[in-house]
Amino acid sequence: MPVDRKHLGEVSEPRVIDVEKGQLRFFAKATNETNPIYFDEDAARAAGHPTIPAPPTFLFSLALGAPAKRGNVLDAENGMGVDMRRILHGEQKFEYHRPIYAGDRVTLVTTTSEIYDKKGGALEFIAQDTEATNDAGELLASMRVVTVVRNG
Amino acid sequence: MDNETIKVGYTLPTHTQGPISRATLALFAGASNDYVPLHIDSDYAKAAGMDDVFGHGMLSMAYLAQMLTHWRPQAALLRWNVRFTAITPLYATVISTGEVAEILEEAGRRVARITIRTTTDAGLVTLDGEAFVALD
Repeated sequence: MPVDRKHLGEVSEPRVIDVEKGQLRFFAKATNETNPIYFDEDAARAAGHPTIPAPPTFLFSLALGAPAKRGNVLDAENGMGVDMRRILHGEQKFEYHRPIYAGDRVTLVTTTSEIYDKKGGALEFIAQDTEATNDAGELLASMRVVTVVRNG
Repeated sequence: MDNETIKVGYTLPTHTQGPISRATLALFAGASNDYVPLHIDSDYAKAAGMDDVFGHGMLSMAYLAQMLTHWRPQAALLRWNVRFTAITPLYATVISTGEVAEILEEAGRRVARITIRTTTDAGLVTLDGEAFVALD
């Protein structure tokens, strides 16, 4: 079933999520991180950080932890209702403006920027852009997720 | 390291992680908030037509991030992107590599455009993209 093009341009509701120190440590452990600034607060401070920083891909995990309803690829009720078994992660992009640290409270807003198909509709591509801002409304980072839907 | 000496063709220190076990995938699923069962439930993966569970693309991207941040501080990483070109099989070792393709001037800063990729120990390219890293 093709992805309904009515979702093109759709903007999610804002979602607020806390950047948890324990989860950053768990992420470092799970990725076999050896640089102590990502799991040891003293090492982070010694390197000039106020506390443990979120590593470069962590914004993706924040977005998974606070998923959008409106425009969600999988959500059948509020979003696109695509079958999880048909999707692949096609592309991922990050752009950084300010560091994200343990203890930060981040607001995420996701826009469905592009929906297009290839191979006569056998593959569809959904590009979604998420912006992360802090409580002062400053842009921290943004990312683009391109999801591939296999209709074949 | 003297960043002045970094020129086109410079290769970053290679970063190797793995082999990816079922435990690796279970831990990463929990730590990264990614609960897609294709990566952690063999029964589900097989029912979906896969041979078995397979690695998260974002796990390999996290390894690529380590290559970049172990080379230069994270604040120097301005933006980057990857395409996921193949699934990372269970038990693969993931090798991250990067090579400076261009030196740019951006807002008065020296910035390296680095072609980056992850390759499995079997020679399969799984992620490929580029990163823009400030050198000053």
